[in-house]
Amino acid sequence: MANELAENGIEVRGLVREYKKGPRAVDGIDISVAPGEIYGFLGPNGAGKSTTVHVLTTLLPPTSGTALVAGYDVVKDGPKIRGLIGVALQEAALDPLLTARDHLRLQATLQSVPKQQRGPRAEELLHRVGLVDAADRKVAGYSGGMKRRLDLALALVHSPRILFLDEPTTGLDPQSRTDIWNEVALMRREAGVTVFLTTQYLEEADVLADRVGIIDNGKIVAEGTPAELKAEIGRPSVHAIPRSDDDRPKIVEFLAQFGEPLASTRDVAVRLREGLGLTDIVRAVDANGVDIADIELHAPTLDDVFLAKTGRTLEGAAEEAETVVPDKRRR
Amino acid sequence: MSTTTTQIGAIARRAVTRTSRQPASIIPPLIFPVALMLVNAGGLRSSTQLPGFPTDSFLAFALAVPFIQGALFSTMNAGTDIARDVQTGFVNRLSLTELRDWALLTGQLAGIVVLGVVQVLFYIVVGLTAGVRFESGPAGIAVLLFYGAIVALAFGALGAWLAYRTGSGETIQALFPVLFVFLFISSMNTPRNLIGVQWFRIAATLNPVSYMIEAVRSLIITGWDWQALGLGFGFVIIIGVASLFLASRALRTRMTRT
Repeated sequence: MANELAENGIEVRGLVREYKKGPRAVDGIDISVAPGEIYGFLGPNGAGKSTTVHVLTTLLPPTSGTALVAGYDVVKDGPKIRGLIGVALQEAALDPLLTARDHLRLQATLQSVPKQQRGPRAEELLHRVGLVDAADRKVAGYSGGMKRRLDLALALVHSPRILFLDEPTTGLDPQSRTDIWNEVALMRREAGVTVFLTTQYLEEADVLADRVGIIDNGKIVAEGTPAELKAEIGRPSVHAIPRSDDDRPKIVEFLAQFGEPLASTRDVAVRLREGLGLTDIVRAVDANGVDIADIELHAPTLDDVFLAKTGRTLEGAAEEAETVVPDKRRR
Repeated sequence: MSTTTTQIGAIARRAVTRTSRQPASIIPPLIFPVALMLVNAGGLRSSTQLPGFPTDSFLAFALAVPFIQGALFSTMNAGTDIARDVQTGFVNRLSLTELRDWALLTGQLAGIVVLGVVQVLFYIVVGLTAGVRFESGPAGIAVLLFYGAIVALAFGALGAWLAYRTGSGETIQALFPVLFVFLFISSMNTPRNLIGVQWFRIAATLNPVSYMIEAVRSLIITGWDWQALGLGFGFVIIIGVASLFLASRALRTRMTRT
């Protein structure tokens, strides 16, 4: 396990990155990503996600702390790390005058893929990301989703062991977002690639990540599996909508046996007792002939986790951050 | 072929491919200098009557100017392209590969040199078609092509330095007229010894661009003038070495990675 961790894992201890005239973008974080794991790094704009990715991908030196990627130190072993990782940064930095095929060939050459493998590898990746028909069109005419898929293909050209994806679906339509999610999940499943994924989308972290780290103002405020994090916040609640207002008192009384009542004007809600689920209630409703128009289970979301840990919603934090995000060009 | 050589080739090929897909980057450096030369040759033909004018064909005299003017256009285009790579994050993409920074610069400059040589070839063909006789013969034409390559390299490195230093295509375009001032206060239209206005003669004498033009001119209208060639090559090499040093330093800063 130790060797495997060294080969494919990420170990970060006390990592700090300060910009010259800005705040501490990353403020003493510890992260441990196991081989083959998808680690979701969740936080609003300006929280320190991209700075962390820049440090881990050797584009920025840390101010202090240590970071090992595939067992190599980001400060001492930059070239070795660059040969082992694939990276899709926040902006899909593509050349609008080149085609997808041009990009793949260039990237394969620069990543030292043997000449005879470059063509077949490009074809394989074009198929994989669904860009075969557009392969010989200039990137200038691509949609945002197509650019992102090409960016992902470029990150995979040299079959990396560890993949860094910095907000890979920001600004994409739902279909393109789902395509990227499927591709990331497939890479992990088929090739055992370790994925470090930053996102500001709760759903993305929830769907994709084995474990999630929530970062705010440069510090990790929560870490665990999505289920663990949500469980920390509380049990799920059940919301029943009465068919008429006359039924409400009866439903309140009926649901009270399953948990503590919650204040709600629209529906009747209870926080479920430990060990109970929606199916238990639905069975009881049927058995007792209770007349309910609709019933829903509300599980705690990662936004609830963020709210509990920071006192703000993720959306609100993003709006705040937009006014204070430091210039990342400053070294 | 070594990995580094292959990588340099890939970067150079990209530079050439990009330029070939932008007509606006190809046509102006070819057409504008030739058009300006033809206009000047028409309007200033009587200059050849001045005592001591080195040739009776003003076209042959003026043909040297597009070599330098075209290189200035290329400088701006190359610089703007590289600055765009900085702005879009493409340089970051390259930084994340196994590419060495000097290999990136070499590849970019190799692309600029290829395009520079194509330009010089075009001007030579235009001159030959217009009836200009190259006094230095085929060997002189070969030297002109080589000279064109090192001028493109020197000016390309200047463009690369500005691009990596500023990261802004707009800044490079704003600096372009400044480079053109050097061209216009040179001996582009009149031999230095025949410039009547004293300050202009002094400025043209102090201006390295004068010697770069005169080296080309000597191969066309004189034959083998070793002093003119020495000064022309000398200044190009000085500008090239200084620009390469500055460009590689700016690139190292731009491609900060561990």
